[in-house]
Amino acid sequence: MIIPHPLLGPRDAAEFVYKGDATLIDRPDGLTASDDEMHDYAYLRDNPAGRHRELWYHEQGDRSWLVVTRDTRTHEILKVELARDVARAAGRAR
Amino acid sequence: MRYSAWNIFKQGLTGNKGWTRAWRDATPKADYDIVIVGGGGHGLATAYYLAKEFGLTNVAVVEKGWLGSGNIGRNTTIIRSNYLLEGNQPFYELSLKLWEGLEQDFNYNAMVSQRGILNLIHSDPQRDAFVRRGNAMQLSGADAEILDRDRLKKMCPFLDFENARFPVQGAIWQPRGGTVRHDAVAWGYARGADARGVDIIQNCEVTGFVMDGGACKGVETTRGTIRAEKVAVCVAGSSGRVMDMAGMRLPIESHVLQAFVSEGLKPVIPGVITFGAGHFYVSQSDKGGLVFGGDIDGYNSYAQRGNLPVVEDVCEGGMAIMPMIGRARLLRMWGGLMDMSMDGSPFIDKTHISGLYFNGGWCYGGFKATPASGFCYAHLLATDRPHETAAQYRLDRFRRGVPIDEKGQGAQPNLH
Ligand SMILES: Cc1cc2nc3c(=O)[nH]c(=O)nc-3n(C[C@H](O)[C@H](O)[C@H](O)COP(=O)(O)OP(=O)(O)OC[C@H]3O[C@@H](n4cnc5c(N)ncnc54)[C@H](O)[C@@H]3O)c2cc1C
Repeated sequence: MIIPHPLLGPRDAAEFVYKGDATLIDRPDGLTASDDEMHDYAYLRDNPAGRHRELWYHEQGDRSWLVVTRDTRTHEILKVELARDVARAAGRAR
Repeated sequence: MRYSAWNIFKQGLTGNKGWTRAWRDATPKADYDIVIVGGGGHGLATAYYLAKEFGLTNVAVVEKGWLGSGNIGRNTTIIRSNYLLEGNQPFYELSLKLWEGLEQDFNYNAMVSQRGILNLIHSDPQRDAFVRRGNAMQLSGADAEILDRDRLKKMCPFLDFENARFPVQGAIWQPRGGTVRHDAVAWGYARGADARGVDIIQNCEVTGFVMDGGACKGVETTRGTIRAEKVAVCVAGSSGRVMDMAGMRLPIESHVLQAFVSEGLKPVIPGVITFGAGHFYVSQSDKGGLVFGGDIDGYNSYAQRGNLPVVEDVCEGGMAIMPMIGRARLLRMWGGLMDMSMDGSPFIDKTHISGLYFNGGWCYGGFKATPASGFCYAHLLATDRPHETAAQYRLDRFRRGVPIDEKGQGAQPNLH
């Protein structure tokens, strides 16, 4: 798989570490969240066959976190964003 | 028809005209006591033990493709009971015991071959860890032995003992481990269940659940509605997709695992060998091909095929412990869907929906579990109580804070 990095251009997926579903960005507030919310966040996944938004960390590169939208049935990469931008748009980071 | 040497002889003399099909091509009835979704190894074993151990025969297995089209026909066929944790090891030892009597039990040649499994040791701490594991295995009644370098050298002179980075110091050996002809397991269980009255329905995909007052009362399929008192889902890599139809999210991600076979070679690998410093394992099939594999690709996938970086990684692992394989040519490779759970351990449990049961999360190690998984799932379905060896395989174990994490990796499925 080749991941088209928004800053660096096409990069081999082997340079990245895979973290999983991008909903992990939306971590509940540990001080106020209920047990169920924390459990669901940490352990449950949608695991879709088809479009999947997921986190890839460019460890062997510029160390950026990316949100990659990929089809899990074909491995086709549909969209790549910087996780920073995604988190900011969701109001999670400055 | 019973398979025996006498029958082969008799059929040989009568033109082989008397053989009958191994199982009927059943058409679905309107309702059953139990419908099992998924005709892989675990679904078929469940049907077999429901009929044989619990006398429940008004049972159907619905399979979307053909028997053996899933992981039961794609795996590298290793069986073993060399786990560490209490929640796992007694279950896998039960499975190994069932393997040992399986062929006589279901009257089918599954080529159960207990050639032994060796996990190589490359460092002092690893030896300590394996000694501990060996003790845990023995506590469950399994066999385990630590081999020193000299004994290992006699068994496997071809290993790269002097490897500069990962010298081989010895191994933990389970002589009762080995390999089994994987698709014969599906066929044997199917035939045994069918003979006792279970309907095996192929080319029948489950497309939804019949819900009635909050309870599950059957399945919608491509061959019509089938009603049932109990619905037992057992679809391995498709767990997420199927349980989503019941509105359930699972502690599971689907990943792809690849396997590789070399050209046929003369006998060289005595049993199963696993690399202790990287991920590589190998055995030799009866046709002579080296059957090997390693890590999952590491990203969510339903593609049943993987990518090249893992091919390279696996082959590097092989070269690190047995450089001789560099001269063998790769004949074929393929991938299968892994139901990777959050702690690397499986589930055999009721769901919160009455009438709906779930079996899954087998990761890359569910083949060896086939007999015990079927046995314990049948026990749960028949009695509504978990079998004692599978009592910890609960869906709520993360909520209760009692995961069964053999590797101690935490909730990161691609690391298990
Ligand atoms: C490459 C590879 C190597 C492996 N090596 C080993 C090994 O050496 N040792 C080991 O112990 N394990 C190994 N495994 C793991 C093992 O194969 C699996 O854990 C195990 O086979 C899963 O259980 P099963 O046989 O029931 O699955 P499957 O055979 O996958 O059965 C599930 C069935 O459900 C069906 N299904 C899915 N959706 C539907 C639907 N909607 N309706 C009806 N039917 C449906 C599928 O078609 C499939 O036939 C390996 C797996 C792979 C891919």
